[in-house]
Amino acid sequence: MSARPYRVAPVSESMIRAVGLRKSFGDFEAVKGIDVDVRRGESFGFLGPNGAGKSSTMRMIAAVSPISGGELRILGMDPAVDGPTIRGRLGVCPQEDTLDNELNVRDNLYIYGRYFGLPKGEVSSRVDELLEFVQLTDKAKAKVEDLSGGMKRRLTIARSLVNRPDLLLLDEPTTGLDPQARHVLWDRLFRLKQAGVTIVLTTHYMDEAEQLCDRLVVMDKGLIVAEGSPLTLIREHSTREVAELRFGVAEDGAGHEALAEKIADLGERVEVLPDRLLVYSDDGEEVIAKVHERGLQPIAVLVRRSSLEDVFLRLTGRTLVD
Amino acid sequence: MSTTTDLSLVEGMRRQSDYWLTVYKRTWKGSIISSFVSPLFYVLAMGVLLGGFIEGDPDKLEGATSYLAFIVPGLVAAHAMQTAVGETTYPVMGAIKWHKSYFAQLATPLAPVHLVAGHLMFVLARLATSCAVFMVVLVPFGVFESWWGPFLAFASQLLVGMVFGALVFGFSARLRSEEGFGVLFRLGVFPLFLFSGAFFPVDNLGSVGSFLAKLTPLWHGVNLSRMFSIDEVDWALAGVNVAVLLVLLVVGWFWAVSGLTKRLVT
Repeated sequence: MSARPYRVAPVSESMIRAVGLRKSFGDFEAVKGIDVDVRRGESFGFLGPNGAGKSSTMRMIAAVSPISGGELRILGMDPAVDGPTIRGRLGVCPQEDTLDNELNVRDNLYIYGRYFGLPKGEVSSRVDELLEFVQLTDKAKAKVEDLSGGMKRRLTIARSLVNRPDLLLLDEPTTGLDPQARHVLWDRLFRLKQAGVTIVLTTHYMDEAEQLCDRLVVMDKGLIVAEGSPLTLIREHSTREVAELRFGVAEDGAGHEALAEKIADLGERVEVLPDRLLVYSDDGEEVIAKVHERGLQPIAVLVRRSSLEDVFLRLTGRTLVD
Repeated sequence: MSTTTDLSLVEGMRRQSDYWLTVYKRTWKGSIISSFVSPLFYVLAMGVLLGGFIEGDPDKLEGATSYLAFIVPGLVAAHAMQTAVGETTYPVMGAIKWHKSYFAQLATPLAPVHLVAGHLMFVLARLATSCAVFMVVLVPFGVFESWWGPFLAFASQLLVGMVFGALVFGFSARLRSEEGFGVLFRLGVFPLFLFSGAFFPVDNLGSVGSFLAKLTPLWHGVNLSRMFSIDEVDWALAGVNVAVLLVLLVVGWFWAVSGLTKRLVT
């Protein structure tokens, strides 16, 4: 295999095409017929809560899980026929770290590179580059179990790049990381995106999707419930701003539901959450002023821009992280 | 699905060679005790010391002229079984359940069939080194009756070891919890170790017991290893022994590949 830099190809080239894609485990249908089309150079996200079918979809795309129905083409090939060839051109960063804890950092990358049939010298030089890229050069000889969670994720991402993939799959790349580690990781992923790598990721963090995805689909219960760029989704399914109102512990008959009725006319929509009310309006400050005019006394108020979380709440009636 | 492959078995194994070499480098020190020291203790305690109380009657010892010469070839075969079982129980479950290295490997062009082949090649390498050292150590004890016999005995030990490697791999790939290994060790490996003819001629078990013992894979390996070591070869019987082990090896291979495929490709 010759050294292959990130290939420049026609913009319209389809990297993933799924039509009516299904996945069942016995009687349980995890994915219930979805259509997806990801183009080269795109950064595409699957957003949804746990159990939405994101990971099942990702495993089918990674050519390690047979499809139960519909049609799937990865890099123009059928995973049922060309699984090994497809996998040779994918980079996969799984949800759970599958690093070898007893090998050092460098050997984890080196040995993985060898699975792709790359010559020893070639793997070696790529490993050095990748360690540099994920800022782990000074940890090259460290044992994996001595790394922090963020470093392990970065190493897993480096590992997924060792074959210079055409398509990078990231399943919940920053779940379980602290905010600082997430930002370091986002920075690295953003650089890959800038370099033109096609990225497909799943996440239940809307800020992650907003940061990294050009386009995304919202999944719920095995179906796609909305599709678009983060901005269009917010425009289509939410208002510009959201006023969050927090009231004290409710007395009987004066709970959140009752309060919601009193202010229902102040915004396009009011959502009742266990700990607060969300009023959707293009002018949040005005909502809050009117709430006070009506003699209501929230103990805390906040006006913020709508996010994908609001889109999700609107579409499914549930929050992303339960 | 992922089992159909355009990557040859040999190429798939070659790509894993660095991995297994690294595994061997980090584990060989730990395996010295189980591979080399424990068997030597057995030879000294059972063969030399206990054997000193046993009359070396070839009629009662399947042709061996001493108890040492009788027991040692069987011990090496039993040792091969234990080594193979050791390498295909917890390591297989670990690669599936704990450190999940099989899943990492599966995200590359490798398929389950390559993973089984790579793992079993490692088992073969472990068997080859530990049985070879065992056999070399036995030379000064004067148990070998021909120059060529020990080589065929060695080959028999590898064969019986690989039979267990493949069969147990298939078992481990299907096992959900490690508690099953306790059952395997207590009700499988340990009784085989004791009653498959390594320590005494199976004819001593009576007609039914002897018949049952001869159904076990280990007995076929023990018998081959002994016949070749002490140069008392019944070639027809040896042919049966080899045939049984080869059939079991093929069955074990398919059992292992299907087990791992079902477990990983869902």
